[in-house]
Amino acid sequence: MWSDWETISAFISQACPGLLTVIMVLAAPLVGALLMGIDRKITARIQGRIGPPILQPVYDVFKLFAKEPLFLNRLYIFYAWLYLAFMILVVVLLAMGQDILMVLFVHAFATIALILGAMSVRSPYSRIGASRKIMQMVAYEPILILFVVGIYLSTPHPHSFLASAVMQLKQPLLFTLPLLLPAYFAAVVIKMEKSPFDVSSGHHAHQELIRGVTIEYSGPFLALIEIAHFYEVFILFLIMAMFWSTNLWIGAGIALAGFFAQILVDNASPRLTTFWMIRFMWAGPMLLALCNIIWLYGMGRG
Amino acid sequence: MKILAKSPWVVHFNCNSCNGCDIEFLACLTPLYDLERFGVLHIGNPKHADILVVTGSVNHRNARVLENVYLQIPDPKVVVAIGVCTSTGGIFADCYNILGGIDKVIPVDVFIPGCPPRPEAIIDGLVQSLEKLEAKRAGKKVAPARKPTFTFRPPEEAEAPVTPSPAGSAGHGGKE
Ligand code: SF4
Repeated sequence: MWSDWETISAFISQACPGLLTVIMVLAAPLVGALLMGIDRKITARIQGRIGPPILQPVYDVFKLFAKEPLFLNRLYIFYAWLYLAFMILVVVLLAMGQDILMVLFVHAFATIALILGAMSVRSPYSRIGASRKIMQMVAYEPILILFVVGIYLSTPHPHSFLASAVMQLKQPLLFTLPLLLPAYFAAVVIKMEKSPFDVSSGHHAHQELIRGVTIEYSGPFLALIEIAHFYEVFILFLIMAMFWSTNLWIGAGIALAGFFAQILVDNASPRLTTFWMIRFMWAGPMLLALCNIIWLYGMGRG
Repeated sequence: MKILAKSPWVVHFNCNSCNGCDIEFLACLTPLYDLERFGVLHIGNPKHADILVVTGSVNHRNARVLENVYLQIPDPKVVVAIGVCTSTGGIFADCYNILGGIDKVIPVDVFIPGCPPRPEAIIDGLVQSLEKLEAKRAGKKVAPARKPTFTFRPPEEAEAPVTPSPAGSAGHGGKE
C-alpha cells in the first residue's frame, strides 16, 4: 500500500493540506546533504581512503555560518539568496504537482542567478567559471527540454505537463522514455559537477579554478550556496525516481542506482574540455533523447 | 559543539620554500594519511579557508602577498607554519633577500618543527591549531605560538659540541 505515491500524498493532504509541501521543503536539504556525505565517503573508499563522516556536509554548513560575513557587493549576496530561493521554489512546485515545464524554467533561473552572481564580481576565475557554467547549460538544457516533451507525450490524451499527471500514469515512464534515462543521467552528471564534466567548479578538485563561480563567496553566503546545492541534488534524484512513478520503491531504486553510477563515472573518468563536453552531449545523449521523441511520435502518441 | 574543528578548510601558501615541506603537506592528503577523514579540505581559496598553512621563509617580495592572503581569510582563522624555514628562515636565513620567519609578517598560531616535518607531525600540528581555532571563536585571547627551540639530532652528533652559528642567523634547525 505504501509503495504508491497516490495513497501517501492523499493520506498526508487529507491529514493537513499543504503539509506535504512543508515536509518536502524541510526534508530536501537533509536528504541532499546525506547523499553528498555518502558520495564523499564512497569516493574516499574508492580511492583507498577512510573518508570524512557521512554528516560532513552538514558540519561544513554549520561551520560556514559561524564564520565572519565578508562580501564585496550587496548584489552578489542577493544572487546567492536568489539561487537558494529558486531551488526551494522548484521543490515547492514539484510537491504541489505543478507544471514540469515551469519546474525546468525555475531551475534554469536558479543556475542563471549563480552565473549572474559570478559575473558581478571582478575576479577572473569567477568570470571563467561563469562562462563555463553557461557552456554547461548549453550542453544539458536541450536534453532536459526533450525530457519534458517526452513526459508530455507519455501522458494520456489530452496531454499534460503536470507533475501530478505523471504520478497518475498507469505505466512507468521508463517504458515510454527508455532512451531518455541515460540522456537525463548525463545531464545529472553535469549538474552534480562531476568528472568528466566538472569544468566550472569541480566537486572534488577544490583548487582547480579555485572553485570558479563560488570563489568570492565566503562564510554564511557560501553556506547558502551549499544549501541550495543540497536542494538541487534532491531535485535531480527525485526527478530520476519519477521514471518509475507507479511504485515508489522501484523509483527510489532507479534513483539510487543513478546516484552510485555517477560516483563511479566521476572516479573513473578524466575531465573533458568545455567544447568536448558540448560535442559529447550533443552527439550522444541528445541524439538518444531525440530518437526517443521520434519513436514516441512513431507510436502515434503525438 | 565544536563546529569549526569539525570541518577545517585549509589554504596552502608556498612562501619561499624548497618544496620539501609542500610535498610532505600534500602527502598528508594522500590515502596513506588521509586528512579528509577529519573533515579537512585542501580548498585553495583564502575566502573559503579557516587555516592558512605556510611553508618557507618570507622575503621582501612575498611579504606583501602573504599578508594579503592572510587578510582575505574570514575570521576566525589560524596560521600553521610548516618547517624550520617558517620560524627562522632555515637554510635560507643567510640569503640577502630573506626577512626571516613568517612571524615577522603575520601572527603564527602553530609552528611545526622539522626540515621537512613528517606528515604525522603536520597532522599533529593541524589538530593543535583546531583547539586555537575554537578558542578564537569563543572570543578568548590566543597568545602567539612559541618557536621551536630544539631539534632532534642523531646521538653521535649530539655528543659533539655545538658550534655557535654566525650572528644574525639561527642556522639550519638551530636555536633561536
Ligand atoms: S624547512 Fe626544510 S624542507 Fe621545509 S621548505 Fe625549508 S628547507 Fe625546505
